[in-house]
Amino acid sequence: MSARRPYVRSMDGWWRRNPFFIVYMIREATAVLVVAYAVVLLFGVVRLAQGEAAYDGWLTALQSPWSLAFHLVLLASFVYHTWSWFSIMPKTMPMILIGGKKLQPGVITGVGLAVSAIACAALFVLVMKLAS
Amino acid sequence: MKRSNAPIFWSLFGAGGILSALIGPALVFITGIAAPSGLLLPRDTMSYSHMLAFAQHWAGKGFVFIVISLFLWHGAHRIFHSLHDLGIPTGTGAKLACYGPALLGTIVATVALLALQF
Repeated sequence: MSARRPYVRSMDGWWRRNPFFIVYMIREATAVLVVAYAVVLLFGVVRLAQGEAAYDGWLTALQSPWSLAFHLVLLASFVYHTWSWFSIMPKTMPMILIGGKKLQPGVITGVGLAVSAIACAALFVLVMKLAS
Repeated sequence: MKRSNAPIFWSLFGAGGILSALIGPALVFITGIAAPSGLLLPRDTMSYSHMLAFAQHWAGKGFVFIVISLFLWHGAHRIFHSLHDLGIPTGTGAKLACYGPALLGTIVATVALLALQF
């Protein structure tokens, strides 16, 4: 045992001291909501396998105001996840050279967001057609 | 040299991240807001018979499995790597606590989807 007890600066709440790290932590926190949504769907699949009565219970729960409010929070979090995912994509993917010039980060982000918007719209239209 | 298992978890994180970034907002809107409330979509969009038929089709089954499992693995990996930022030691226990539920959820989804048959 050492008698020395050096001063160690507390790291509690370190990320709240700098706006850059607050944004970083919000981005990381979207993971919790992605998991929460997966769990909602997982319950739905399990209830579906248990039969009609069980599934209808899950569906009724989805129709409650609490669930709708929760899904609005989920939606905001997912939209933010999409935005942040493609915002950092230029830093996470290998550099692309076109005609000897580096593909600009803004182009990668813009294309990613555009593809995402198209994919979301296509999925919604597909579900709309299948449901009607 | 022992091979690292990091690329497996990283790949699952990346795949789940890109999938949720591409269609996550639409999925949440459809299953959590539009269909349950009857806003923009018929209220019976997610009725028992519709969802049973969807989950019994190989494509629907595969889609549901991929969405649930990849979203779980994406979140588990990101949460695991944020633990250090929150001052929580990241040992084997923390790894099990993060990836364990993702594995369990994947197994539960597989069992439920197979129980629904084709």
